[in-house]
Amino acid sequence: MSATDRIVNDFSIQVATVNGSGSQTANLVLLRSIFQMGVPVSGKNMFPSNIAGLPTWYTIRAHNEGYVARKKEVDFLVAMNPETGREDVLSLGPGTAVLYDEPLKLSALRSDLIFYPVPFDKIVAEVCKDAKLRRLVKNMIYDGVLSKLLNIDLAQMEHALKRQLGKKQKAIDLNMGALEAGFAYAEQHLPKRDPYWTEPMDKTTGMVLVEGNAAAALGCMMAGVTVVAWYPITPSSSLPETLIGYLKKYRRDPETGKATYAVVQAEDEIASIGMVIGAGWAGARAMTSTSGPGISLMSEFAGLAYYAEVPGVVFDIQRVGPSTGLPTRTAQGDLLSTAVLSHGDTKQIMLLPASVEECYAMSMDAFDLAERFQMLVFVMSDLDLGMNMWMSRTFQYPEKALDRGKRLTPELLARLGEWGRYKDVDGDGIAYRSVPGESMPAFFTRGSGHNEKAQYSERPDDYVKNMERLARKFETARQYVPKPIVQDGDGAEVGIIGFGSSHWAIEESRDQLAREFGIKTGYLRLRAYPFTEELASFLDRYERIYVVEQNRDAQMLTLMRIDITDDHHAKVRSVLHYSGLPIDARSVTDDILHQEGLKPSDAPHHEPLAAGVAGRGE
Amino acid sequence: MSTPTPEAPKKTNRIGLDLQPYRGGKTTLCAGCGHNAISERIIEAFFEMGVDPRQVVKLSGIGCSSKSPAYFLGASHGFNSVHGRMPSVGTGAMLANRKLIAIGVSGDGDTGAIGIGQFVHLMRRNLPIVYIIEDNGCYGLTKGQFSPTADVGSKAKNGIANELPPIDTCRLAIELGASFVARSFSGDKKQLLSILKASLAHKGTCMIDVLSPCVTFNDHEGSTKSYAYAKDHDEVMGEVSFVPYFEDISVEYEPGSTTAVSMHDGSKLYLKKVAADYNPTDKITALRLLHETARRGEFATGILYLEPDKEDFISMLGLVDEPLASLPVERVRPGKAVLDEVMESLR
Repeated sequence: MSATDRIVNDFSIQVATVNGSGSQTANLVLLRSIFQMGVPVSGKNMFPSNIAGLPTWYTIRAHNEGYVARKKEVDFLVAMNPETGREDVLSLGPGTAVLYDEPLKLSALRSDLIFYPVPFDKIVAEVCKDAKLRRLVKNMIYDGVLSKLLNIDLAQMEHALKRQLGKKQKAIDLNMGALEAGFAYAEQHLPKRDPYWTEPMDKTTGMVLVEGNAAAALGCMMAGVTVVAWYPITPSSSLPETLIGYLKKYRRDPETGKATYAVVQAEDEIASIGMVIGAGWAGARAMTSTSGPGISLMSEFAGLAYYAEVPGVVFDIQRVGPSTGLPTRTAQGDLLSTAVLSHGDTKQIMLLPASVEECYAMSMDAFDLAERFQMLVFVMSDLDLGMNMWMSRTFQYPEKALDRGKRLTPELLARLGEWGRYKDVDGDGIAYRSVPGESMPAFFTRGSGHNEKAQYSERPDDYVKNMERLARKFETARQYVPKPIVQDGDGAEVGIIGFGSSHWAIEESRDQLAREFGIKTGYLRLRAYPFTEELASFLDRYERIYVVEQNRDAQMLTLMRIDITDDHHAKVRSVLHYSGLPIDARSVTDDILHQEGLKPSDAPHHEPLAAGVAGRGE
Repeated sequence: MSTPTPEAPKKTNRIGLDLQPYRGGKTTLCAGCGHNAISERIIEAFFEMGVDPRQVVKLSGIGCSSKSPAYFLGASHGFNSVHGRMPSVGTGAMLANRKLIAIGVSGDGDTGAIGIGQFVHLMRRNLPIVYIIEDNGCYGLTKGQFSPTADVGSKAKNGIANELPPIDTCRLAIELGASFVARSFSGDKKQLLSILKASLAHKGTCMIDVLSPCVTFNDHEGSTKSYAYAKDHDEVMGEVSFVPYFEDISVEYEPGSTTAVSMHDGSKLYLKKVAADYNPTDKITALRLLHETARRGEFATGILYLEPDKEDFISMLGLVDEPLASLPVERVRPGKAVLDEVMESLR
């Protein structure tokens, strides 16, 4: 293949392995070495709810212009899993390259693909004398082969490997042996026949690679969190677990070595939120992290916090469905239930991070807003954002002071003369609170049955008055939550609204629509609920507005319909993606084209690998 | 014009407070409810021990019992939370501010049914809290349904007998790790007051099950939680006398007939031995006693189990001495060098 036919720094690699086989190290080394070459890259793990023995896919996408959303089309398949190899190969588009374990005999299945057979067992036996360790280093061989075939710098792979394994010299030596053996095998036996090629760039200089959950953990530490209560659940657990690591390292008193934080692994999610509410009530910055099933369990307490007006931060790393649904697959499926979580007229604040940088920054916003509004604040991340590796600019050190909200002080008490815990002194719906142990007047905290002075009351007028103040408080929140990011398209009729991890596919889809079909679009990325005034004016400016979300029932659009005018109702449409896999640009583009009448419907949600990826695991 | 009678000087406690801040709102429970008597004892115990009400948090779940924190310690913060989940709220409050003194009031349904999970883990953690179960064997606020502490054969007001065995919260608490476990009867003023005062000197979970007959739904013949039944079947395990560390230890206790237990804060607990060789610091003895009395249809009352030096949950966490809630930003937000270091590790 001549250099002119090369497709440089624009390809996706799909690695199909069995989970528990040690492929994680090989995949991260592959991802990181491309990153170190300065090429924008993203990695997405599609794994089963299982510890070992079920199929796992890892997708790496390199893109010279920086597209990091999942690419639906696979350019290069690494087929290591005998169980899925056949299905994986049959689902590929023509011309795809396939690196496979030779005994699987996959080349017999198709004549329109480029096959690279590699005898993994034979190579690994030569470089690893200990038969027990072979399984663990075998995957490093495909890294070596790819290094040669895709021109990924072997020195960068070595660097990435050392980074991954730290000081374990024996493991480094073993893996390096496998890496070099793979490279050598490709050099001798596999003439290049596919067009994919890597060249060094300078587009990752100064950037970091991090998972959203780690970024959020860092944000929580920087927000000055003091109480963390949590219960393990995929895909949330890595947030508190990473946070524990940071806190242990950076949040001990320098003189005494004692902790300036408390972390409790609670008995369940109900206890987790109960502890958060108890701690928030007593004046601490408290948080928990969970996923959909945990959110449902927290429902009753969420209502109590709403009416009793207690601050707290809840991370929802959203995933598909309840219990044994698709717990290791991504979704934006908790929006509707979280927005009104609990019984009665409850409304909750939600923040919608789209990037790891926002996972970090919005963690700090969440604590400030929780204390300002004396409410729970829900940070709606998802599995794709939380558990996958994303490139990012380095995070900014917070310059803003902590907002500890309206607290009763002796000066204020002297000025007011009389204090009522639920009295709206400033007209913004937010009352002043006191906390135990600080010698300000005490009050008795209850749910909705109280008057302005926190005395027990079931009087209709007291109840109505309080409900109206709570509604006023929620209106005030519109002025404080992060505003949407708006990019108007010059003369565009089509507007797109999106949020969270869908952002990256939407950005790419807008380019596809403009480049391939001449369709200009405007784009509004929501960053919080309640919605702000920017939403209404965006709806005014466009003729047809597509709301992109990763759920079946258009949950965000449903929330929008509560707020928007009659004119707007007729203009809004949905682009929905709910296969459990991260949304991709082509699906968005095809769906919009179809709804614009520019493309016939040919199952816009078709996934080349959907049969294999989605069909297994519990 | 007659000369006004001079007011008697108000009785004050050792921190100079009179009884007023220890009193609460007017009770809305039924006249004669055992829970009201418990509230009275709580007021006395906190007053006599000179506990600063501003440092106290009163916590409860849902039910008749859980309404009662509004009827004592009016100068303290209170939180009437959700059904069966008071332990988690109390845990959060204590994590936020370790200087607080927590008293939780629950009921037999709030603890034994909906709240059994949180109860189990509270006991297991040995969180510093006085946890009182106002135990009447029924759901009063929803009109008399059986609770999990109702005895087999115990009859509800409609004549239906309970067929399921009761949960003995004291046995459970001892098994799970609570370091102070007691049972009393709402009508036994002296014993209940001594137990409550002793609990205020203890650091760790004090689980106090107080039999408190429901005058409306469970005080009739056939109920094993009625006044008549409790009075007849109450096996007092020894006269409990408690001497706080700040009081002079008097000589009214005869060493031969009493066991003295040193509390965490230096106070002394004296148990006059009615039952021979009862040792409240031995778990097996305590459990045997509870099983044997239960078999006879009796309630053993008194301080049933005590482990004065067991490490409590807050100490176990190795927290700074100050309340976490009031740490200034400099102590909870690491400097820019830390962020830089973390960023560097992610390159």
